[in-house]
Amino acid sequence: MTYKLEFSALLPYWEDLAAGLWFTIVLTVLSTVVGIAVGTLGASARTFGPKWLAGLVRVYVELIRNTPFIVQLFFIFFGLPALGLKLSETTAAFLAMVINLGAYSTEIIRAGIEAVPKGHIEAGVSLAMSRLEVLRHIVLRQAFAKIYPALSSQIIIVMLGSAVVSQISAPDLTYAANFIQSRNFRAFEVYLVVALIYLVLAIVLRYVLRVIGDRFVKVG
Amino acid sequence: MSDFSLWIIVKNLLWATQWTILLSLIAFVGGGIVGLVLLFLRTSQVKWLEVPTKLYIEFFQGTPLLMQLFLFFFGVALFGIEVSPWMAAGLALTLWTSAFLTEIWRGCVEAIPKGQWEASASVAMNYVEQMRYVILPQAMRIAIAPTVGFSVQVIKGTALASIIGFVELTKAGTMINNATFRPFLVYALVALIYFCLCFPLSWYAKRLEGKLNVAR
Repeated sequence: MTYKLEFSALLPYWEDLAAGLWFTIVLTVLSTVVGIAVGTLGASARTFGPKWLAGLVRVYVELIRNTPFIVQLFFIFFGLPALGLKLSETTAAFLAMVINLGAYSTEIIRAGIEAVPKGHIEAGVSLAMSRLEVLRHIVLRQAFAKIYPALSSQIIIVMLGSAVVSQISAPDLTYAANFIQSRNFRAFEVYLVVALIYLVLAIVLRYVLRVIGDRFVKVG
Repeated sequence: MSDFSLWIIVKNLLWATQWTILLSLIAFVGGGIVGLVLLFLRTSQVKWLEVPTKLYIEFFQGTPLLMQLFLFFFGVALFGIEVSPWMAAGLALTLWTSAFLTEIWRGCVEAIPKGQWEASASVAMNYVEQMRYVILPQAMRIAIAPTVGFSVQVIKGTALASIIGFVELTKAGTMINNATFRPFLVYALVALIYFCLCFPLSWYAKRLEGKLNVAR
């Protein structure tokens, strides 16, 4: 038996693909922004916070980094309602991604903070800057410049990982692919095209992150 | 209606864990072998070998692992080839792993000073000999820590095989949850088992990294 590829079978479903793509983009952007905010707080607490808080952050980071994203997602979506916390698919997906990226970026940003020379912090303090000012203008600024490439890669990994949220019926790009192939039975074509859309998305995201980095993050 | 005790749940999850471990080993060893071959192609300085390797790596690193699993499982079956979840998961994870390992190892090869290449070339070694006797033995030393670190990603990656019906730890968790309706407990246990598998490896990778920095 020979199977004939028929990519035109996807055409009637372009609106589903576009909606899914849009969902994936919005989900990635929002969870990146919030996730990095969590990571910044986490890294600051881990290096400058009281011992108990630093310990707590460490447990959070290790727990998330050593368990699969899909299990975290299932725990949030199926597990938490048992405690009375019921979340919609989209909220659960967003929350899982924020928690996941938060842990990874905590670890990445912490490495950046530790690379800032102690003398810079002392210099800031001697200029009568408050602790918060030192953190913001001296420590974090330099830390971000140093770890920006690593953070960018992690954001792309999280974007690709977001395909998993289709499993709790969050209507992302992969969800659209599953829907379409259940209608037209053209699994290979659908998944190949969607995989290529992800590839383009990853390339575009890498480019956008580089432009943002050149414009805002560089210390010079 | 049977009552599921905690012990029965744990026992079933542990039973399924062996398939997670086995699938991880297959992906890691298979990915290592394919990755090594790709490494030779990727660093060969021969354009028509390098470009396809680059595209291969770009595809497997730039698309979701889940899509790759779907392509192998649902896609290939359409061409009349019977694909079991075992084969699809093993194959997709192997290729995915190989792409990442090749990139990790390429970094290590490129960290070896140029003089080593020149010196080995001046004693009439060809490319394969240079890699085999001079470059790789040195690159291996710096490659161990990131490679161990990546093995954690492989274990976590196998969780996605549950979606195409491969019964490993995550799938077992879903099935037990469907029978017991205790999602909080079941998924917490599943996460705990993954943690017990991954944390020692993460810890070991970090320790190796520290050792290497001291040695420098």
